[in-house]
Amino acid sequence: MNEHRLINFLLRSFVVLVLIFIFMPIAGSFVFSFNIDRFPSLPLGGFSLHWYETIASDPAVWQAFSNSLMVGVVVSLVSTLLGFTAAYTDFRYQFFGKSIYMALALLPPTIPVVIMGLAMLAFLSRIGLSGEIYAVMISHIVMCAPFAMAVIRMRLAQMDPNIEAAAWNLGANQWKAMRYVILPFTAPSIFAALFVTMAVSFDEFAVAWFVSGLSETVPVRILNTLQGQVSPTINAIGTIVFITTMTLVILAQLLLMRRRKPASA
Amino acid sequence: MISDKLKTSPSALSDNADAETRRATNKRVWRLPWFGLCVSMPILIWQLIFFVLPLVFLVAISFWLVRNFRMVPTFEWHNWSYMLSRGFFWDAYVHTLAMAAGATVLISLVAFPCAYTIAFKFRESAKQLLVLLLVTPFFTSYLVRTYSWQVFLSDNGIFNAALGLVGLEPFAMLNTAFGTYVGYFTLCLPLVVLLQLFSLMYIDRSLIEAAHNLGCGRWRTVLLVVVPSARIGIVVAALFCFILTFGDFVSPLYLGGGQPPTLSTLITDTTKSGQQWPRAAVIATMMIATLLISAFAAVRFAYRRRA
Repeated sequence: MNEHRLINFLLRSFVVLVLIFIFMPIAGSFVFSFNIDRFPSLPLGGFSLHWYETIASDPAVWQAFSNSLMVGVVVSLVSTLLGFTAAYTDFRYQFFGKSIYMALALLPPTIPVVIMGLAMLAFLSRIGLSGEIYAVMISHIVMCAPFAMAVIRMRLAQMDPNIEAAAWNLGANQWKAMRYVILPFTAPSIFAALFVTMAVSFDEFAVAWFVSGLSETVPVRILNTLQGQVSPTINAIGTIVFITTMTLVILAQLLLMRRRKPASA
Repeated sequence: MISDKLKTSPSALSDNADAETRRATNKRVWRLPWFGLCVSMPILIWQLIFFVLPLVFLVAISFWLVRNFRMVPTFEWHNWSYMLSRGFFWDAYVHTLAMAAGATVLISLVAFPCAYTIAFKFRESAKQLLVLLLVTPFFTSYLVRTYSWQVFLSDNGIFNAALGLVGLEPFAMLNTAFGTYVGYFTLCLPLVVLLQLFSLMYIDRSLIEAAHNLGCGRWRTVLLVVVPSARIGIVVAALFCFILTFGDFVSPLYLGGGQPPTLSTLITDTTKSGQQWPRAAVIATMMIATLLISAFAAVRFAYRRRA
């Protein structure tokens, strides 16, 4: 029995070690963002808001945030709509070539981002769209729709298909059944999909870096900073983005929980 | 072409009505299933134009030529023969393959005890908290985490300073293969643990108890019962790990120092410095082929019937 407890203790310690590894860079960037040193080392230098002031006075950073926001909103709306239609199609219809259809809807995230980036750059510049902010939007919609599709499909899996059929029998046409049966049922997952796709788009740097040209998004700005001289402003931007994303995610969760309660009552 | 899974759908009902009309008027009435098309076509059209077409175009331009800094549509094997006869390409190919394969094995080996412990050795509430913690990294920027590692790993960074405090010599961690691996772990470890965890959570516990009751030891239970039961999850996690590390250009460049180059750093270099897109397309096509073969092999292996 003693040996049993020792092994369990070792295994649990291992999990803690893995978590420390995972959270070290996250905590690190948070701490370094308030550190006066350009090259932080031990012992750590004094507390400072210098890097936050630097980015606040950098118009390129503000432009990047506004670009990211614009891309994020458009991408989350369009990719959630596309993901919803794909999820509903999979839920309801059976047709020849459906596995190919589903593969098209789900494959993009498995293509390495460098390859996606190069393909999008070559293709979009051929049709005269590369370097525009639309190029980032189009590429991100391709990459985000599968996530929306997965989230909404999981919710539809919990639904009894007969409910929709009942609505038809009661005289609803297909559009009305969609509006009054499917949409309310999937609403929580639609909101979740909106937030997830926005988070994915907000974080995507590689494809955006290839196609964005001068319309930098925040991650592209970070990547370009990373290539130039070392600057802890990256930590400050990262911390702001992290806090924003986490707030969005927590808000989404709260929203979902408040919506679920009256339904279950 | 599109048929309903359900027997009683309005289109089925109206089809009956149509059939009667048809019989009555003896005229064929063909109605498009507008609703079905409106629902199923948008994503298909979008992905065909903006996903399939760019990838096909990528393969196509690998046969184009660059003349006077402009791409000329043609069909020549020139780029292929150029790239495939270059030593640096094959060096990069072997290096990338070895790094990604090594990372896949290492990360899977580190992730498994972690996923196993979370699945079997924690209470339900602790398990949920741990899953939440594992999801958190997905909401932080990979680039920011990479930059943070630079500060930890650099020659005068946190780790070497800490080593100095206990009287040890500093050693190079940044711009080495070790640095690249730290980046690969940062990129893949949470995902691999989560994917393994999901497959472990669905294992029938009675199988494990049965093994214990039949006198099967701890290690043998894990190796002969748990691992085979979670095989699909483990293989899929490893496949994702391989795809991600094989295509990642951030870790090799910013933590590994970019030397020797990997295929993805070759692509970014070739694309960003000049108009040699056709050559980059050759590299990309080779990468896609490699990944397709690996994915096919992995899926075959995961869903193979048990011997």
